[in-house]
Amino acid sequence: MLAKRIIPCLDVKDGRVVKGINFVDLIDAGDPVEQARVYDREGADELVFLDITATHEARDIVENMVRRVADTVFIPFTVGGGIRTVEDMRAILLAGADKVSVNSAAVRNPEIIQEGARRFGSQCIVVAIDARRRQIAERPADPAQGGRSVSALHPPAKRERSPSAGHSANPEDIARTLRSEPGMESSASRATEARTDKPEAPAWDVFISGGRINTGLDAVEWAQKVESLGAGEILLTSMDGDGTQEGYDVALTRAISDAVNIPVIASGGAGRPEDFAAALTNGGADAVLAASLFHFRQLQVLDVKQHLQARGIPVRMPEETMLSGPEGVPTS
Amino acid sequence: MIAIVDYGVGNLRSVYKAFETVAGPLGIQVDIVDRPLDFTHWRALVLPGQGAFGDSIDNLRRQGFEAPLLDGVAAGLPLLGICVGMQLLFDESEEMGVHEGLHLIPGRVRRFPPEMPDPIRNSRTLRIPQIGWNQLHRQYPDPLLAGVPDGAYAYFAHSYYCDATESDAVLTLTDYGIHYPSIVRHHNAWGIQCHPEKSHTVGLHILRNFMQTVESQALGRQGQ
Repeated sequence: MLAKRIIPCLDVKDGRVVKGINFVDLIDAGDPVEQARVYDREGADELVFLDITATHEARDIVENMVRRVADTVFIPFTVGGGIRTVEDMRAILLAGADKVSVNSAAVRNPEIIQEGARRFGSQCIVVAIDARRRQIAERPADPAQGGRSVSALHPPAKRERSPSAGHSANPEDIARTLRSEPGMESSASRATEARTDKPEAPAWDVFISGGRINTGLDAVEWAQKVESLGAGEILLTSMDGDGTQEGYDVALTRAISDAVNIPVIASGGAGRPEDFAAALTNGGADAVLAASLFHFRQLQVLDVKQHLQARGIPVRMPEETMLSGPEGVPTS
Repeated sequence: MIAIVDYGVGNLRSVYKAFETVAGPLGIQVDIVDRPLDFTHWRALVLPGQGAFGDSIDNLRRQGFEAPLLDGVAAGLPLLGICVGMQLLFDESEEMGVHEGLHLIPGRVRRFPPEMPDPIRNSRTLRIPQIGWNQLHRQYPDPLLAGVPDGAYAYFAHSYYCDATESDAVLTLTDYGIHYPSIVRHHNAWGIQCHPEKSHTVGLHILRNFMQTVESQALGRQGQ
């Protein structure tokens, strides 16, 4: 059976890891290759490198990093950040990345998805969507809390376009709201559900430029659009959850996951093993991504996998335990 | 030497590096070959692949690789097709029209059926393409799979699968809505749908097995 994927994310600036494994034993903690090796050894199913270098001139540094990673790590990896053209995609893929991720460029120029998929195949093209909840104060029922809300499963037919809605909210308030989510039977969530028998479904806006610009695009509609253009996967980040370690936005994950038929990677908010499980089961995600949590060694990939396995969620355990013979040498 | 055939469909760096990693300790040289040669004196052939079947087979033919590949296989060279490279070994594919393959393994390349129910998400259907780690369920023993346990995980990324006509060509099955052939062998042609170069220890192990099979076959040929 297809396993659910656990994907550590490494933030890279000028070819150096700025948020990866915070690991004293590493000789060079800023070296992307060494970081990738550690995650690889710990059972990561895939890696995402997010290049946060501000200038476009440093592309050759990124390409060099990609080559070195590709030469040493034999699991799939995605490179995102700063990819603006199909030629940028090509350079990264030729350097050895398995997939490229586009975010702002896809919104500004959706043809890049189509052209990238045509030239390199859909399986190479990941579209990253940074989404923020539009109506914080009126959170409707979360289908994850028992699946009774039909409205939440469908894109909103009509929605308000209040430019300030959801953006002035205090992140801590958002975090508290989300906090009540992972508990399956919390009375708080039932109360939320009861009070929101209104026509409005929850909705999320798509942000670009590192979260600075609200495009006004509806996240569910945008996800369907990128699928139709040939995207092979969606990397979905909840801006509300990001950095809080209060859990993934399960309702967002579910809404996108139900709306498309390409794999969805949930991101933003992982704090506990239970959060991963919630995104994969109630959220319907195919993969889960985390950065800080692994970076600060609060959890290791294997901890998460053991938790998921105990809950009956299919995961790939490190093969060292499976292969007969040392170092993978055939014994037969 | 082992030839990785570069017929102009994308990046071979990962495939090359994975082979190099396991070939080095065995003293075997691996080369990327980007023009047709007489392969009959080589040790083995690797046919990688990504993208669409039609483009791939067209490129392969346009660049003149078809005859030398078939001659090499006819001369007894072991051939390993990877991903779309595996699919090319079959009779034909129905990916965007019908395209004729290399007829090295009997069968047809088909798209995953639509609306396959997802076993862990009720009322949902499986996504296409299949992307991620799935299991190899062993059917027949083969040197390629020596030491690879039943149920080992490998990395897949594909929308089409090889529907092999002969069940004894199927070395492993993988479950994605249907049980489809994920590793096949017909005489000296092997095909592997997953990406061994991206499948961590299991993938490198399979490549190492291929190398060792190649070695033993080369010895066999010398002895004849």
